[in-house]
Amino acid sequence: MSSHELGGVLLKVDDISMFFGKVAALSGVGFDVREGEIHSIIGPNGAGKTVLLNCINGLYHPQKGGIFLDSQEITPLRPHQRAQLGISRTFQKIELFRGMTVLDNIRLGRHLHLKSGILSGSIYIGKTAREEIKTREFIEEEIIDLLEIESIRDKTVGMLPYGLQKRVELGRALALNPKLLLLDEPLAGLNLEEVEDMARFILDINQEKRWKVTCILVEHDMGVVMDISDRVSVLSFGNKIATGTPSEIQTNPQVIEAYLGEEDLYATRR
Amino acid sequence: MPRGDKSFTIPFQISEDLTLPKVLMETAKRYGDAKVAMREKEFGIWRPITWSHYLENVKAIALGLVSLGLKRGDKVAMIGDNRPEGLWVEMATLSVGGIAVWLFQDSLMDEVAYIINHSDAAFLVGEGQEEVDKALSVHGKCPFLKKIIWDDPKGMRDYNDPLLVSLKEVMDKGRELDRQDPGLFEKTVAQGKAGDVALLFYTSGTTALPKGALLSHYNLLTMGQNMMKVDPCTPDDDFVSFLPFAWIGEQMMSISCGLQVGFTINFPEEPETAQENIREIGPHVMFAPPRMYEQMTRTVQVKHLDSTWIKRSIFNLAMKIGYRVADLRFEKKGVSWAWKALNGLAYTLVFKKLRDHLGLSRIRNAYTGGAAMGPDHFRFFHALGVNLKQIYGQTEIAGISVLHRSGDIKFDTVGTPIINTEVRITEEGEIISKSPSVFLGYYKNPEATNKTLKDGWLYSGDKGFIDEEGHLVVFDRTKDVMILSDQSIFSPQYLETRLKFSPYLKDAWVIGNEKPYITAVVCIDYAVVGKWADEKKLNYTSYQELSQKPEVYDLVEKQIREANKSLKPVAKINKFINLYKEFDADDEELTRTRKLRRAFVENRYQDIVRALYEDRDNIHMDTTITYEDGRVIHIKTDLHIRELSK
Repeated sequence: MSSHELGGVLLKVDDISMFFGKVAALSGVGFDVREGEIHSIIGPNGAGKTVLLNCINGLYHPQKGGIFLDSQEITPLRPHQRAQLGISRTFQKIELFRGMTVLDNIRLGRHLHLKSGILSGSIYIGKTAREEIKTREFIEEEIIDLLEIESIRDKTVGMLPYGLQKRVELGRALALNPKLLLLDEPLAGLNLEEVEDMARFILDINQEKRWKVTCILVEHDMGVVMDISDRVSVLSFGNKIATGTPSEIQTNPQVIEAYLGEEDLYATRR
Repeated sequence: MPRGDKSFTIPFQISEDLTLPKVLMETAKRYGDAKVAMREKEFGIWRPITWSHYLENVKAIALGLVSLGLKRGDKVAMIGDNRPEGLWVEMATLSVGGIAVWLFQDSLMDEVAYIINHSDAAFLVGEGQEEVDKALSVHGKCPFLKKIIWDDPKGMRDYNDPLLVSLKEVMDKGRELDRQDPGLFEKTVAQGKAGDVALLFYTSGTTALPKGALLSHYNLLTMGQNMMKVDPCTPDDDFVSFLPFAWIGEQMMSISCGLQVGFTINFPEEPETAQENIREIGPHVMFAPPRMYEQMTRTVQVKHLDSTWIKRSIFNLAMKIGYRVADLRFEKKGVSWAWKALNGLAYTLVFKKLRDHLGLSRIRNAYTGGAAMGPDHFRFFHALGVNLKQIYGQTEIAGISVLHRSGDIKFDTVGTPIINTEVRITEEGEIISKSPSVFLGYYKNPEATNKTLKDGWLYSGDKGFIDEEGHLVVFDRTKDVMILSDQSIFSPQYLETRLKFSPYLKDAWVIGNEKPYITAVVCIDYAVVGKWADEKKLNYTSYQELSQKPEVYDLVEKQIREANKSLKPVAKINKFINLYKEFDADDEELTRTRKLRRAFVENRYQDIVRALYEDRDNIHMDTTITYEDGRVIHIKTDLHIRELSK
């Protein structure tokens, strides 16, 4: 799929290790994510994929090694500080406010970028009004249109089918206008048509001139991973065993061995 | 409450020089930026387009098409949802003497290829990626196709086929040409004559391949004026354009009437949001096939099933009053002040709110046509005080020829001819009509033209009669009339529409021509029956499984018994079967305007028909379903046959 040019290194994960007690969830994992790419992280269950995402967005702090965004070290930063720098994510288990509407959930994703305080916010003029107008345009004009959720804009999230909630979750993450988007199993639990839609949205977010968001994708659907990724990194028991293009990964003997007994490496729903 | 028709006279005199683009130029000159010609909901906000903005866009596209090589008489095929750009391209085509060909948005590849080829369209204008994909996959089979023009950039980033050009580029080329040759647009528009062909419209055809009807500017202009003389609209009215542009009814409203009157045309955000957007606009006039009204009725009925006891009681009481008053009006009996007062109360308590929810709060005239509509639906809307009228027409007469007049509505008729229109019945009982709007003939099909056009009379192929009050009564398409076991004539559509008044039944196909008794094939409404099943704690995983539940059969039987009431014994439905899927236009079971293709389903489901007239209680089905994207699914299932005990 690497039909487009990749830029310089956006995110550098440098030899990080993460222990829970004596168990090493990650040991000495390092790789680069280049600007403009879709970089997938695959591996058998328990390989440490979600732990790695948690380290990147700051939910966990690795005991060893460092993480750099645009050559700036972000290892000590807390999740909201990293969010401000442009790292956003979706969760495997949908994290939305179920009692709120789709639009409000997406707006909340944008909340971090609203600078006006309580005082100026209560007086709806000047900066606050400008900010509100800008935010409203941003959200409505682009995310809802991009994800084709016009007809559910005012619906309560909890009432929506799972596939649509996943879409809203993506919209919520996108509202941050991120540089780097971490997608944790965005296709899990979706039916064939929803998978096709979601894969298309990820490509749009990655490639459309308006967005151009670099994505890190953790996903089990190998058909989609191999189709849409520029590069793939493979984890096994907390170790990175390979990074390469989809075709390199598919023929890598170490990778095949790691997946031995697991048939889902090349399993695809299509 | 229905309000009286306002009077407004169209400020255009039809002559042999008047064309639609000239009307557009005049109107744009009259209103300029002072009045909104169109509105589109985009990014959640209604965005207005003024008349001069409308003309500017049309001009840019028209000149762009010229610079791409469009010549007078060339055809431009168009496919896409209802959006301002669709109308701009159509008007642009007409402005430079081209002929507009609209395709249904959900047409399959073969249909697209057939129409592009048959019409020898030089240009295809598609909305976005989906349409471009369709066009690219058939262009090898379409030697005349020069360019494919697209508009919505979403997903188009990796397309670089030299055949493709964006609407934006077309408009840039047009503006460039305008700078080089100012006045070219005005000059080209001035060359147009009323007799020029404007539209080449393919009739959906319940039986054969689509035929291309040629309609002139004159046909369309007279259509609009004659209709507006019966039910005038005003420039302040709002209309929502949400039905396919490929349907002549939509053209009649948006172009023939809309352009001449100058009312505002509103475009929904997405097809899925149409109902919601209609509510936001609250149009004054509306024209939709029965399906749309059936869907509204269904929505109300389902909400009614769902609501609390007290709300249901108030609704039931209000409806009783509404029905009583509507019936008095139908019978043209006076409505006493007591009933008027009660009806006013019912309006305040229930109808006002209900109409608002349906988007009918400001409606003055609501029209239905294109297929039969049952009396139950008709009474329902009149009970709410919605002035729903039946119309009758066809593509070949540029829209409609017969229409109900306010205060003279009989639901078994389609009303009386509009101005300048004559309707007669031949000795064989065929409906024929004559008006300035009768089409020029079928494109490349003199044989069909000769059969349809004789001495200026349009032969419809429909049977009917004119009743003692001058109303036209249309039987169904000649072959759709049933002869029952007692040799009496009966309309299956009548029974089908009665069945469809039940919220649980989405579609019905009634069989019984020259058969010992009447039977029905029923498609349940998946959403409504599914919800009902959830409440009853019935397990099901698919439409197919749900449709075959004995409890669902009981439910359907109840609905059929209701529809059977007040029918003579030979006309009652005797046996039925729940089909394992809904009827679908992609499976060719319905036309694109969603009429049942009886001959086709009779052939396709001949095993079912046979089984319904044998002494058995189930039938094994082994069949395939084709999806829009070409996927084919194999289905094996047993269907139960239920006989209604006497």
